[in-house]
Amino acid sequence: MLNATPKEYVKRSGLVINPAKTCQPVGAMYAALGIHRCMPHSHGSQGCCSYHRTFLTRNFRDPVMASTSSFTEGTAVFGGGANLKTSIKNIFSIYDPDIIAIHTTCLSETIGDDIPTYIAQTQIPEGKTIIHVNTPSYVGSHVTGFSNMVKGMVKYLCTNSKNPNGKLNIIPGFVNPGDMREIKRIMKLLDMEIIMFPDTSGVLDAPMTGRFEMYPAGGAKVEDIRDAGNSISTLALGYFASADGANELEKKCKVPCKILKTPIGIKATDDMIMAVSRAAGKAVPYELEEERGQLLDIILDSQHQYQGKTVALTGDPDFLIGLTEFILSMGMIPQYVLTGTPGEYFEKEINMMFKEAGVEGKVKAAGDLFTLHQWMKENPVDLLIGGTHSKFIAKAEDVPFVRLGFPILDRSVHSYMPITGYRGGMRIVELISGALLDRRDRDAADEDLEMLL
Amino acid sequence: MKQKVDRILESYPGSVYKNRKEHILVKKSNTEEPQVITANTRVIPGIMTQRGCCYAGCKGVVLGPLKDAVVLTHGPVGCGYYSWGTRRNKGRIAEGEDNFLNYCFTTDMQEGDIVFGGMKKLRQAVKEAIEIFKPSTLMICSTCPVGLIGDDINAVAVESEQLYGIKVLAFSCEGYKGVSQSAGHHIANNGLIKHLIGTGDGVVGKYSINILGEYNIGGDGFEIERIFKKIGYEIVSVMTGNGTVEGMRNAHKASLNLLQCHRSVNYIAEMMKARYGMDWIKVNFIGLKAMVKSLRDTAKYFDDPQLTARTEAVIEEELAEVIPKLEHFKTITQGKTAALYVGGSRAHHYQYLFKDIGVETILAGYEFAHRDDYEGREVLPNIKVDADSKNIENLVLEPDPEYYRITLSKERYEALAREIPLNSYSGMIKDMQDGSIVVDDLNHFETEEFLKYLKPDIFCSGIKDKYVSHKAGIFSKQLHSYDYSGPYAGFNGAVNFARDIALGLTAPAWKMVNPPWKTEPAIEGTFGI
Repeated sequence: MLNATPKEYVKRSGLVINPAKTCQPVGAMYAALGIHRCMPHSHGSQGCCSYHRTFLTRNFRDPVMASTSSFTEGTAVFGGGANLKTSIKNIFSIYDPDIIAIHTTCLSETIGDDIPTYIAQTQIPEGKTIIHVNTPSYVGSHVTGFSNMVKGMVKYLCTNSKNPNGKLNIIPGFVNPGDMREIKRIMKLLDMEIIMFPDTSGVLDAPMTGRFEMYPAGGAKVEDIRDAGNSISTLALGYFASADGANELEKKCKVPCKILKTPIGIKATDDMIMAVSRAAGKAVPYELEEERGQLLDIILDSQHQYQGKTVALTGDPDFLIGLTEFILSMGMIPQYVLTGTPGEYFEKEINMMFKEAGVEGKVKAAGDLFTLHQWMKENPVDLLIGGTHSKFIAKAEDVPFVRLGFPILDRSVHSYMPITGYRGGMRIVELISGALLDRRDRDAADEDLEMLL
Repeated sequence: MKQKVDRILESYPGSVYKNRKEHILVKKSNTEEPQVITANTRVIPGIMTQRGCCYAGCKGVVLGPLKDAVVLTHGPVGCGYYSWGTRRNKGRIAEGEDNFLNYCFTTDMQEGDIVFGGMKKLRQAVKEAIEIFKPSTLMICSTCPVGLIGDDINAVAVESEQLYGIKVLAFSCEGYKGVSQSAGHHIANNGLIKHLIGTGDGVVGKYSINILGEYNIGGDGFEIERIFKKIGYEIVSVMTGNGTVEGMRNAHKASLNLLQCHRSVNYIAEMMKARYGMDWIKVNFIGLKAMVKSLRDTAKYFDDPQLTARTEAVIEEELAEVIPKLEHFKTITQGKTAALYVGGSRAHHYQYLFKDIGVETILAGYEFAHRDDYEGREVLPNIKVDADSKNIENLVLEPDPEYYRITLSKERYEALAREIPLNSYSGMIKDMQDGSIVVDDLNHFETEEFLKYLKPDIFCSGIKDKYVSHKAGIFSKQLHSYDYSGPYAGFNGAVNFARDIALGLTAPAWKMVNPPWKTEPAIEGTFGI
């Protein structure tokens, strides 16, 4: 497995091998699916849309509806205006969404298609909405695309109509529908009325009913996103996926925002709860205190199963910032932390955590899995945490592996099970200790296989 | 049936209706002229097609499975990433051989590369790939923006060959070319015949064959190889599942080409016929009867009593092993109906396997086929060349002075052509029942409507519409990835398929979809249990 990967670290400036990121449009598509009755539209070759739908469908195991401008060679030469206008007409008349969320691709960006002009030249049916966002695949990553689509929602939709609604906006970031549900549950316990956008719960974790629904019950409603301009403040969870949208909302509608970590682990969840409690003057209910206490109880009671173990972590930056903090609070050593998404902020944040914990770790933004593998060959770790693409490294190095983050293409149920909040923390602890103990049991001599661990 | 189809199409806007009605027909055998279908034309913008792009056909399908080549995607990160390990083309190597299948190589172009040109980064990436991996062959595949900004990947390939002394090929397979994956197949075929096929001087044995258009999805190729080797054939090259560049170089030395997925690789078969005089026959390894026929047809070509006897012995032995197993699953599958939407040959191939297990195909369609795949190769001269297909180079090859040979005498050729699909394939429509529906480029709207109307027991398609079907209560089997099972080809494959279909149909949860409170009358609560 991965036999061609040499142990000696090779500095590269042209070649990326086994990327730890993908392109902007797929993130934009995922965010757009978090709007109720929305048709994400990919303005480019139909292969982009096909790859993105395929990829998201594999991760969520649910239908991913999206359309494409189906560029041909002629379109690439003469521009995509005609294709986009035909697309809009056909989408409204055949698929009848409330809103179309257009994102671009490297193709339409390279030829410089002017989407707002094309939209302005289109007849939009009464009561329907079109938004757009530029998502060149050669900038940033899928997380950037998600962030850009959120920003696009704010730009096009959010309005301050001078009717304060007393609600709190939550931009949950690039997390699973299960996490969005969990964050909403916590807000309900806090008795906080919120507007969450995007919200893919109820869309990409829709139930089996025997009937296919093109637009399932979930997703943030267009009118609610508009109303987000009247909220008291915005919580942006995850700097990379949510800060731009929240800042835009502050600029456009004067809704102040607070940017927090993705609430993975105790501290980040504490921060989220404290922010809400402070902003709205809400007392934290016993249920949340109980969950927090349960998580701490679990961590302390099972500490001997993982404390001191070294970990290599890979995934998206917001997820890794939360997870690294949590891993440290479990007493584990995050020896390598690598994301494919570029961004100095990431390295700065992780380095600060290393420093505070006195850990000598390596961190890298804009890295790839080949680099991570070479690090692990050079100096092995006890555990690898990442998405499915890391499993080849886990096999090659025979290291215990926990699937967390995005994407997970070879296991089911993960998108339903939160890793955020205190209860999400319990799941992470269970997965990590399970993986380490399964390995211990597997490798144990007969006399060492213990009933009690 | 025709009326119902018309009613479904009538809900389209005028221009879409006019376009789509040419892509759909209801099979009728007693017509004066053979039925004609429109295929391999542009998708209407905004329509939720399941089709992919040229790059997906070239890199994803044809080149991707080669184990010993570094296939480098020149473009932004996405295209290389999505085509990394997602086709299930398995590759097995012996100790010491190269296997790059678990790697994704990309230049991950950034904004500066788009603005100032990406050649510098590409050259650097080629250098690094060769230094780190020391491959014998490197292939560069371009994505959309590369063609637009004018990066000359061919020039980089030529200079890299000189610089590093290895084979470097360039494939300009930008996603916007053509109308589907099909253009990419053609571009890949052209590059392979121009630069690789016929460049080796290996020695081959008596019953030597190439298997073309077999991608070893879920190990199909392993099963096929097992059977052919058991009979005594030598497989010189498989294009391209579990395939190697090395094998491909010697492909011209084989006696016969067997063509499995004719859509993606018929160009190579034709070009090898023109250059080397090599005949090809259309085979189908999907389904027991189809497999048996393919083995017998191949034996007929070689016309050797010993080989024929061995073929019959192997068929007998294999069938004795699998028929009882298949019969077991057939008790569950018998009498069911299926709708198939896949590929450029599979929607046809799998009808044979379904027939073996008593399942009737009531709708079938291809994603990226041409008219000849529906109607038969004889319609080729009548297919209009439009602007989109004109853009894909059509190579005309001259006979090779050293290796051109004619194997069959004129009389023998003619006699054999009457018996077996020699240098020809038949269309899917001919094999379908009257009243069944044929749809080209079946899109989301039509999928939803046809599933509602036809209510098939099984819908075979890809991942994008699998869960659409499941949500509607219809079991769906992916025929691109086999739902991570397989092999489905050959003798053992047929049993695997029958088992998977039987299991999918009988999953206990299908019966639990309706909660009791939806089916039982409301009960007034008294808190008494």
